[in-house]
Amino acid sequence: MKGNWFHQRSILPGFWPSLGVSMLYLSLVVLVPLSAIFLKSATVSWADFWAAISSPAALASYKLSFGASFGAALVNALFGFLVAWVLARYHFPGKRFVDALIDLPFALPTAVAGIALTSLYSENGWIGRRLVPLGIHVAFTPLGVLVALVFIGLPFVVRSVQPVLEDADLELEDAAASLGANRWQTFIKVIFPAVRPALLTGFAMAFARALGEYGSVVFISGNMPLRTQITPVLIVSRLMQFDYAGAAALAVVMLVASFALLLLINIAGSYSRRYMEAR
Amino acid sequence: MNGRAASKDPAVLQWALTLAALAFLAVFVVLPLINIFGQAFEKGWQTYVAALTDPDALSAIRLTLLATGTAVACNLAFGIAAAWAIAKFQFRGKNILITLIDLPFAVSPVIAGLIYVLIFGAQGWMGEWLDAHDIHIIFAVPGIVLATTFVTFPFVARELIPLMQSQGTEEEEAALSLGAGGWQVLWRVTIPNIKWSLLYGVVLCTARAMGEFGAVSVVSGHIRGLTNTMPLQVEVLYNEYNFTAAFAVASLLALLALASLTAKTLLEFQMRRAAAEQAVEGNPEA
Amino acid sequence: MKLGMSDRSEQPISEPARQPGAAPVLWSSTRPASGTSGAAPGPVSIEARHIHKTFGRYTALQDVSLTVNDGELLALLGPSGSGKTTLLRVIAGLESPDPHSESRLIFAGRDVTGEDVGQRRVGFVFQHYALFRNMTVFENIAFGLRVRPRKQRPSPASIRDKVRELLALIQLESLADRYPTQLSGGQRQRVALARALAIEPKVLLLDEPFGALDAKVRQGLRRWLRRLHDTVHVTSLLVTHDQEEALEVADRIVVMNHARIEQAGTPEDVFHRPASEFVMDFMGSVNLFHGRIEGGKAVFGPLALDHAGAGAVDGQTARLFVRPYDLHIDRRNTGKPSLRARVQRIQAAGPQVRVELQAETGEAVVVEIPHPQFRETAIAPGDEVFVALRDAKVFTEDYSI
Repeated sequence: MKGNWFHQRSILPGFWPSLGVSMLYLSLVVLVPLSAIFLKSATVSWADFWAAISSPAALASYKLSFGASFGAALVNALFGFLVAWVLARYHFPGKRFVDALIDLPFALPTAVAGIALTSLYSENGWIGRRLVPLGIHVAFTPLGVLVALVFIGLPFVVRSVQPVLEDADLELEDAAASLGANRWQTFIKVIFPAVRPALLTGFAMAFARALGEYGSVVFISGNMPLRTQITPVLIVSRLMQFDYAGAAALAVVMLVASFALLLLINIAGSYSRRYMEAR
Repeated sequence: MNGRAASKDPAVLQWALTLAALAFLAVFVVLPLINIFGQAFEKGWQTYVAALTDPDALSAIRLTLLATGTAVACNLAFGIAAAWAIAKFQFRGKNILITLIDLPFAVSPVIAGLIYVLIFGAQGWMGEWLDAHDIHIIFAVPGIVLATTFVTFPFVARELIPLMQSQGTEEEEAALSLGAGGWQVLWRVTIPNIKWSLLYGVVLCTARAMGEFGAVSVVSGHIRGLTNTMPLQVEVLYNEYNFTAAFAVASLLALLALASLTAKTLLEFQMRRAAAEQAVEGNPEA
Repeated sequence: MKLGMSDRSEQPISEPARQPGAAPVLWSSTRPASGTSGAAPGPVSIEARHIHKTFGRYTALQDVSLTVNDGELLALLGPSGSGKTTLLRVIAGLESPDPHSESRLIFAGRDVTGEDVGQRRVGFVFQHYALFRNMTVFENIAFGLRVRPRKQRPSPASIRDKVRELLALIQLESLADRYPTQLSGGQRQRVALARALAIEPKVLLLDEPFGALDAKVRQGLRRWLRRLHDTVHVTSLLVTHDQEEALEVADRIVVMNHARIEQAGTPEDVFHRPASEFVMDFMGSVNLFHGRIEGGKAVFGPLALDHAGAGAVDGQTARLFVRPYDLHIDRRNTGKPSLRARVQRIQAAGPQVRVELQAETGEAVVVEIPHPQFRETAIAPGDEVFVALRDAKVFTEDYSI
C-alpha cells in the first residue's frame, strides 16, 4: 500500500467518499452552472459578443459600477483605516459594542440596507432633507450609489487592517521616537508601511464586493439607463428581455474583472504574509 | 489592548480621531439601522403587526426558512466532507480545490441567479426537457433553493478547513487504534473538536441565506405568496410605495441580522478560548 | 507554565496499585510472569518479518525482522531517523509496510498483515498523548470500550468499574472529571496509558512516551512504567532515543540505525558486548583511537593488542573503543599496555572525576576515575601520565572483535 501519484494512503477512512461527494457537489452547484455563462457566450459570434459588451448602456454601466466601486473603496480605505486605528489603539466607553457593530453591513440583508439608505437620503429622509436644500442630491444619483457601496464595503477594510494594528510591534515606534522622530514621521515611516499590505487587501476586497453589489444599490440608484444603472441591473434587464446571450456577455466581463481582483487579493495577501514572516 | 500606544498620541488627537471615527460610523451604520425601525413603527404598533401577519408576508417568511434550511443543511454536509478530505489527507490539487470552493464569493449575486436561468430557464439548456416533464425550477421554489445554496456555498467549509488542518490527525488515529469505526471517529472525536467553528460557519451561512436578494430576485419571478422570500417581499412592498409594510418586514430581517451578530460575537469568544487552550496543550510543561 | 490548578503538581509516583488476589484481574487470561533474564524462551507475541517501508524517496525501514517474546518489555532504541517509530507504527497498523512477497506481521501465531489497526487489538500510546480534548479523563479511558459493536460492548456499569480500576492503577482517581488541558504532562501520559490498557490489548506499543516531559518527571514515570509492566505483564514495545531509559526499563533492547537493526539483546549484551561501532558509541560515551592490523595484532601507536579476530587482515584499519571508566591513570609505567598522555583539564565536580588528556598518538582522551583514586594519584593539569586499558573493543572495517 504505497502512496500513489495522486494521494498518500492513510489509515483514516473515507478519503474517496468525502472527496468524491465534495467534487460532485462542487461541480453540480458551482462549476457546471458557472460554465454556462462562458458556454453561452461562446455560442454567439465575436461581433455580437462585442456589440453586447460595448453598447452605450453597457459602457455607461461599467463607468458607474467600476467608478463608484473604486470611489467607495477609497472612502472605505480612508475611514476604515481611521476606525480600525481607533478601535485598535484607543479606549472609550462602549468600544466592544462599536466593534461588534462594524460587521452589521456584512450581516444585514442587502435589500434592507437598500431601502433604509434610500429612505434616509431621499428628500424627506432624515439626512436627505438637510442635504437637498444645500443642492446635494444623494438619492437617485451616482452619489447615492457611492454612499450605498461605502456602507457595504465598510467591514472589509476595518477587519483587514485591525488585526495588523493590534499585533503591531510597539517597540518599533519606541525606537523611532528615541531616534528623534515625531509622531507624524513615525506614523508615515514605521506604522503605515507595516499596515499597507493589509490596507491594500481590504481595499481590493471592498472593491470586489462593491462591483457585484445589487440589492443595496438597486433602490437608491433609481436605475435610469445611461445615468444610474449599474452593470448587474443591466444584466437583469437583458434577462427580462430574454436576451440571454447579452446577459451572459456582460456577465463574462464582470466575472473576468472579479477573478482578476481575486487574484490581486491573493497576491496582496501572500505579500503581507511574507512581510509578517520577515519580522 | 495597547495602553502604551494610547499614551503616545496627544490626548487632543485621540479624542479628535475617536470622534471622527464614531461620527463616520454613526452616519453610515447606525442611522440606517435606526431608520429601519423608525419607518416600520411610523404608523404605530397595530399596523406593524398587521404587516407581519399578512398572508403574503407569512408565506414569504415560510419560503425564506425553507430555502435557508435546505441551503444550510446541504452546505453543512458538504463543508464537513470537503474539510475532512482536505485536512486529513495529502493529495495533489488541494490548493486548487480550496480556491474553487471560494469561487461563489467572487461572483455577483445577479450572476449567481443568471447561471441557473441559463440552465433551467425556459430557453435554457434543459428548458424544453423540464417543460415536457412539467418540472419547474426557475420561477419556482427549487430555483430559489439552488440560488441560495450557491451564494452561501463556501461559508461552512471555509471555517472548518484551517481549523481541522491545524488539529492534525493524531486524535483520529488514537480513536482508530482503540477500535472505533470511521463514523464513530467522525462523530465522537472530530466533530466535538470543531464544534464552535462549525456553529460559526452555520451562523454566517444562515444569515447570508436569509438575506440573499440579488440571486433570488433573478430566479424567482416575484410571484406573490409563492416565490417571494422575505427580502423579495420587501422589494415588492417598497415598489408599491407601501413603505410601512416594507420596513416592517425589513425590521424583522434587521433583528435577525442583529441576532446573528450577537451569536457571531459569542462564538468568536468561544473559538478564541478553545484556540488558547490548544496552544497550551501543545507545550506541556512538566 | 502552570495552569494554576492546585492538585496538578506532581505527586511522587509510588508503585502502581496492586490488585487484591494473585493474578491481575484486569486481564481475562492470566499469564505467567516473564523471567527476569532477558532472552525468555517461550511463546512469541509479535513476529515481524522482512518489513520494508519507504516514504517517497526516503527509506525508513530496510528489510527489518523482529521477534518480541510474550510478556516482555522490549525497547526499540536509536537516534531520530533510525526507523524505530516507523517500525512501531507498522506493527500497530498505523502505517502499511511496502508490499513484499516475504513481508509478514504475526501476532501470537495469527497473521495480521492484512488487518487494520482497529482489528489488531493493540494499545498505542502516542508521544504527544493524543488524548481526546473534548472528553474528560473518565470518558477518554472508557472510549475503547464504548465504541465496541453492540454485541461486544460491556454494560455501562462494567465499563464504569473497569475505568475506576484503571484510574486506581494510575493513581488519578480524583481527576476523573477533569479535561486533558487541566492536567500536567505526566498525568496526561498516565491517562493515555490507561486508555490503551482499557481495551485489554494483546500488545502495548509506546512511542517515546516520556519524550515531551521534564527530566525529573521522566525518570519517575520510567520507573513507574516498569513496575506497571511487572504488575500487568502485557507484551510491550517501547520506542525511545534515550539509552539510559532503555537500559533501565527494558528486558531486551533492539538498537536501530538508518532503517536497519544493529543489535538485539539484553541490556548487558548491548552495553558490554556491542556488536558494532555504532552500538558501542550510541550506548554511552566512548574514547576512539585509530590504528591498523599489523602482524596479526591490532596496533594503536605504542599499543599492540592481541586479537583473535576472524578474518583480520594485515593492513586493515582498526578502531579502538574504550569507555572512560575502563582507563586507568598511573604516574609511572606499570608494565600494562598503556599510552603516555598529558593532562589538559580536570573536572572534579561530579560523581566521578573527569580528566581530559592528550595522548602521545595525538587523540584526545577522556578518563573517569573515582575521587579516592584521584586524590591518591594527585594529578594536575600539565602532568605527564600513563593511561592503561582495562577493557576495550577493537573494530576493523566490517568486523568486530
